[in-house]
Amino acid sequence: MTAAPARLRPRTVTSWAGSAAWAAVAWVVAIAFFLPVLWMLVTAFKPESDAETWPPKFIFAPTLAEFRLAVTGMAPFFTHSVIATVGSTILVLLIGIPAAYALSVYPVGRWRDGLFFLISTKMLPIVAAIGPLYVIALHARLLDSIWLLIILYTAMNLPLAIWMIRSFMLEVPGELLEAARLDGAGRVREIGGVILPIIAPGLASTALICVIFAWNELFLALNLTATNAATMPMFLMSSVPQEGLYIAHLSAAALVASVPVIIVGWIAQRSLVRGLSMGAIK
Amino acid sequence: MTVLQDRTAPSPREEVLPKAASRRERWVRRLPLLPAVIYIVVVTQIPFVVTLWYSFQNYFWDQPGGAHFTGLTNYKTVFTNAAFRGSLVRSVAMTASAVIIAMLLGIAFALLLDRKFFGRGIVRTLIITPFLVMPAAAALVWTGPMLDPNFGLLNYLLEPFGIHHVAWLSTHALGSVIVVMIWQWTPFMTLIVLSGLQSQPPETLEAAKVDGAGALATFRELTLPHLRPYIELGILLGSIYLVNTFDAVRLMTNGGPGTSTTNLPFYLYQQVNNAFDIGGAAAAGVVTVVLTIIVATFALRMFARVFQFEEARG
Repeated sequence: MTAAPARLRPRTVTSWAGSAAWAAVAWVVAIAFFLPVLWMLVTAFKPESDAETWPPKFIFAPTLAEFRLAVTGMAPFFTHSVIATVGSTILVLLIGIPAAYALSVYPVGRWRDGLFFLISTKMLPIVAAIGPLYVIALHARLLDSIWLLIILYTAMNLPLAIWMIRSFMLEVPGELLEAARLDGAGRVREIGGVILPIIAPGLASTALICVIFAWNELFLALNLTATNAATMPMFLMSSVPQEGLYIAHLSAAALVASVPVIIVGWIAQRSLVRGLSMGAIK
Repeated sequence: MTVLQDRTAPSPREEVLPKAASRRERWVRRLPLLPAVIYIVVVTQIPFVVTLWYSFQNYFWDQPGGAHFTGLTNYKTVFTNAAFRGSLVRSVAMTASAVIIAMLLGIAFALLLDRKFFGRGIVRTLIITPFLVMPAAAALVWTGPMLDPNFGLLNYLLEPFGIHHVAWLSTHALGSVIVVMIWQWTPFMTLIVLSGLQSQPPETLEAAKVDGAGALATFRELTLPHLRPYIELGILLGSIYLVNTFDAVRLMTNGGPGTSTTNLPFYLYQQVNNAFDIGGAAAAGVVTVVLTIIVATFALRMFARVFQFEEARG
């Protein structure tokens, strides 16, 4: 709302009540939508015996017991996830930055075709090639190796990242690039000295998107790794007991597995839209 | 102000290369792109070529003897196999219903958030959170704490409405999986539609108000057409991701009961992991890819329109 209509039409009681009603509806909707996360949070702090009651308990003595149980044996999974996520994200940036440059600032002749080739690879369902991928990994001695996940997650995120970085590079003022070129800066110095410092926040949000997708990936990890490279989503799967009480236990495990990405996402929520739309929306 | 990128962004500089551009010059331009293209081709395209090869082979990886050529046998199996057809249809139905409902909810949420009110930032944060929850975690949280027939929160909340201890994952398995897909992707749609709403010039809306247009008419005649490219983008990207839904199926229902929630990714997973049938899975994969290419051709055209490359040069 701009100031003008407020001046023309002074605030009335009805418009105040309207705002309050609007806020109430929005809050109710948001809390209802958030409820499963909230319930996971609450349940994770319950002792198992309080998690499985009817009716569900809302008042109980909070305990960290289930967290302690849940994180037992989690360390290797966590390490693998961190290596696969960070490794693939770094690789994506290393390969993606020059590629984005060649599609924006100093473009190849058919840059449009290049962009569409990249995005078309995102549309091919990787699930369709999972059997052969298994056989290839087996012969390449990459099965159950963290390198395999780094390689695949890089390919999974690269198209997205190039589109994003390209959209940030297009915003670098042309005069700055001209000036650098007049100063005799080569292509490498132009990227490193002029473009990268300007698009640093953009690169950060690109990295964020890559981290979210790599951290959460289950299908490839489940099919192609076992013990040496098993990741956090697989840890979650393994934390479901075959029988017995389990609700508090898996709430704690799910919370621990999700929290890193949730927090990163909250902090960077402003750049989330742009990343998810591959730079189409600022 | 949020706008679709290429409408206002400067077009790539020196876009049309002069005919005289030297060979060397062209290679200097291509050089930075080469690692990415080679990487993507090697990692994402070669597996599909190998898939094509295996689709003509009889290869069970638990049996000795390796692969041998069988011609079109695998394809015959795929086309006569009701399980494959069923999973294909289910995949399309699950993706379409999840994307459409998530988009409708997303539009509603975006409209709620497009107005200043107390605590808007927090409400926005709460609404985007489901998207950030690890899909495997979301699947488990819905399976246990939310939908458990004996202790689940949902049954408790629905009890006043005469619903008692429903075993959601047995009786409404497909619906439950779709609910989780919707829950995770509504935030994405909300964010995209919200940026569309916020890019609407306020003057236009003011003018409509001055002209005496009602809220509903303004929404239908002005806002909706303005939102169209944003909605298309959300549907397109949402479909790309949701068609690959695996985690929710694997962890909530394991494809069941029966095959009632077996979508294509889960079917292929079973072929490889339970039936050890690399050849059969490959043939099913090839058919899937061909179908995807048909859909993607239209999708790419939509992409080109949404991203407005043509206007970039104007």
